Amino acid sequence: MALPLAYLVVVVAGAGSEALDAIWRPRTARLILRSAGLAAAVTATAIAIAVPLAWLTVRTDLPGRRLWTVAAALPLVIPSYIGAYAILSALGPQGLLQDLLSPAGVERLPSITGFPGAWLTLALFTYPFVFLPVRAALRRLDPQLEEAALGMGRRPADVFRTVVLPQLVPAMGAGGLLVALYVLSDFGAVSIMRFDSFTTSIYTLYRASFDRIGAASLATLLVVLMLVLLWLEARTRRPGALYRSAPGAAREPRTIPLGRWRWPALGFCSVVAGLALVLPVAVLVYWSLQSVAGEVDWAAVASAAGNSLLASGLAAVVAALAAIPIAVLAVRFRGPFAGSVERLSYTGHALPGIVVALALVFVGTRVVADLYQTLAMLVFAFVVLFLPLAVGITRASLLQVSPRVEEAARSLGRRPFAVLRTVTGPLISSGVLAGGALVFLTAVKELPATLILAPIGFETLAIQIWKATRVGFFEAGAIPALVLLAISALPLYWLTARD
Amino acid sequence: MSSITCIDLRKSFGDVRAVDGFSLDVAEGTIAALLGPSGCGKTTTLRLIAGFERPDAGTVAVGGRTLAGPGEFVPPERRRIGVVFQDYALFPHYDVAGNVAYALGRRADSRRIREVLDLVGLGGLADRSVNELSGGQQQRVALARALAPTPDLVLLDEPFSNLEAGLRERLREEVREILGEAGVTALFVTHDQEEALSLAEQVAVMRAGRIEQSGTPEEIYSRPNSRWVAEFVGEIEIMPGDASEGRVACELGSLPIDPSRSGPVDVLVRPESVAIGINGPSAAAEAEVTGRRFYGHDQLVELRLRSSGRTIRSRRLGFPAWHPGDHVRVWIDGPVDALPR
Repeated sequence: MALPLAYLVVVVAGAGSEALDAIWRPRTARLILRSAGLAAAVTATAIAIAVPLAWLTVRTDLPGRRLWTVAAALPLVIPSYIGAYAILSALGPQGLLQDLLSPAGVERLPSITGFPGAWLTLALFTYPFVFLPVRAALRRLDPQLEEAALGMGRRPADVFRTVVLPQLVPAMGAGGLLVALYVLSDFGAVSIMRFDSFTTSIYTLYRASFDRIGAASLATLLVVLMLVLLWLEARTRRPGALYRSAPGAAREPRTIPLGRWRWPALGFCSVVAGLALVLPVAVLVYWSLQSVAGEVDWAAVASAAGNSLLASGLAAVVAALAAIPIAVLAVRFRGPFAGSVERLSYTGHALPGIVVALALVFVGTRVVADLYQTLAMLVFAFVVLFLPLAVGITRASLLQVSPRVEEAARSLGRRPFAVLRTVTGPLISSGVLAGGALVFLTAVKELPATLILAPIGFETLAIQIWKATRVGFFEAGAIPALVLLAISALPLYWLTARD
Repeated sequence: MSSITCIDLRKSFGDVRAVDGFSLDVAEGTIAALLGPSGCGKTTTLRLIAGFERPDAGTVAVGGRTLAGPGEFVPPERRRIGVVFQDYALFPHYDVAGNVAYALGRRADSRRIREVLDLVGLGGLADRSVNELSGGQQQRVALARALAPTPDLVLLDEPFSNLEAGLRERLREEVREILGEAGVTALFVTHDQEEALSLAEQVAVMRAGRIEQSGTPEEIYSRPNSRWVAEFVGEIEIMPGDASEGRVACELGSLPIDPSRSGPVDVLVRPESVAIGINGPSAAAEAEVTGRRFYGHDQLVELRLRSSGRTIRSRRLGFPAWHPGDHVRVWIDGPVDALPR
């Protein structure tokens, strides 16, 4: 976990003044503003999309709730680079929408590249990071709190604002943090949308200019930016209890009838689903049909699918298991040590895939030659990168378990590890599995680390898609992309259906 | 069956001294209550005895076995102490039988489980999910789970505070019977005096982290060793008096008192000892009724003594009814106590 950071520090420290020169440029200040600005905008938008969606699907009588729940979480399945391509090709200046509108006399649509395109794409495909935890939190809320507030004469809108929303802040914070970190480390979408950000600059410096110092320096700066973010998020965490401490049968919260608000609500859900799901899938289907008209190497697709499953599956299992002790430390043994362990696990997620990959290459070639370019190295990279996803969900799950239940188990003669195994474990099992599923989903879509660390000949679906995109063979990338979406859909369905 | 011995326990959380020199002895097989206002440290003491917290100083011994002391600490899983938590802390992923079976671990057999469930009156509910149970039923499961492994001691943290009043009375009796039948030593923590006085054989009154007084319910009630205990447990009237040779002279006459008291004293009078009547003995004082609270089976009458203007309360049977404005005579017809002033 600390390896990538160490690599960066070593390189930057070694470079000394050269590194400082690389950073101390007006361009860097602009980069910081652009990246931070994009992250802030996307996070705010993601929360603005996710919270109403979560509330509509959990608390109201929205028609087709189950369907909308699945649909709302599905965009997680679409890699940002595919989403960006779909949006660009559909809504961009030479895209499908343009073609549709030209008979009506619209000559040239405003360019969607740059900030607007990056913002739209990233918001549409990262809001599930907020949707899932907020939804889980909503389901666990004690309806008695809201009933008490209503009893005190507060209007339902006030009750939502003053009772429900504050209880959702931890979930919003956890999800929002994941979104912001994702945006800062994203490479695929911003490069397609031609948005100058840290990651594209680092990549250019490394690949095109062979400027390792410059790349490492920028990378360090990016890491600092992310650490600031983590610190900000830590301040929104409230230490209060989220579990119900009143005994007696748990009651389900009452469903709120929407009445005529049903139509705007459905409209909202449709627009989000339309842009985030229907559009990319339609675009992909279009190309797939084009490619089937030609020649398709099914064996290659099948083998790539198998490899994706293997690498991501292993990473999911390792991450889900590793998340348990970290979450337990963070929640039950609150203290500076526990906090720093948790935050350390987040650094992996804060680091762009490309940085982690480069650092592991360094370690691989110099230190553990046997492991360089092996599956183990790739799985390790995935775990380093995505462990925080599992930790976040497991932690939230653990917060729902009253410490009294664990103490009861201890008073009945079980040692701490046995308590973890027989009581805490089963009670957080759905959270642990959800964490694993989320890691799987994210690993399967991952691009830069996969590109750099996969063993020779180990082609995953992500690699196949990327290779096709680079040479402009969009048709060739379409079928692997659809298979990728299909593989991700199963754990995702189960993530949201475990209600 | 075991006794509890705590010697000079101390526990602080930051600057707050939750337990500050707590010492207590509870004999084998006794049902004891730790009674005190919120924040007095009683739950922390319970947790120290159970092993969920480590004392900063002092010792805890159960059945002669030291569980916590200088350089020694036995973790909760090896203390063989049953705990019933305020919110019951049942395992939601096991059903009723499963919760009890968990307590028995490898020795779980269906006979013992049934036995224990019958003991608490939940015979037919073995495969119910705990989420479907009412508060009273959940409490019984918690009790069954605590009793199943025949512990040396059972600790209960405000066991009845989450139940509605009518249920509380009934359950108290039942729990007392169950504990008695099981023959365990039990210590329960409560802020409800009625509960402590009616349920326990030994009551330890706690204040600011330490014991103020420990004794039988009668002792605590009739012979409080301090003004604070007198005021905390039940209603009390306090008036100045002068004691000598087994009697004390006060506004309500000359009354028999513990001969060991002498000199200026505070006379402690429970409202039940204050009598009201249209006429009264010669020593009776004149008073006017200023208020009345009716409780069905009894009434609490507020009076103002004519001679000094002092207010005093009297608890009498619900009838005859007294009304504000009535002019009456007031005298003592029950025991009083006195503490040096």
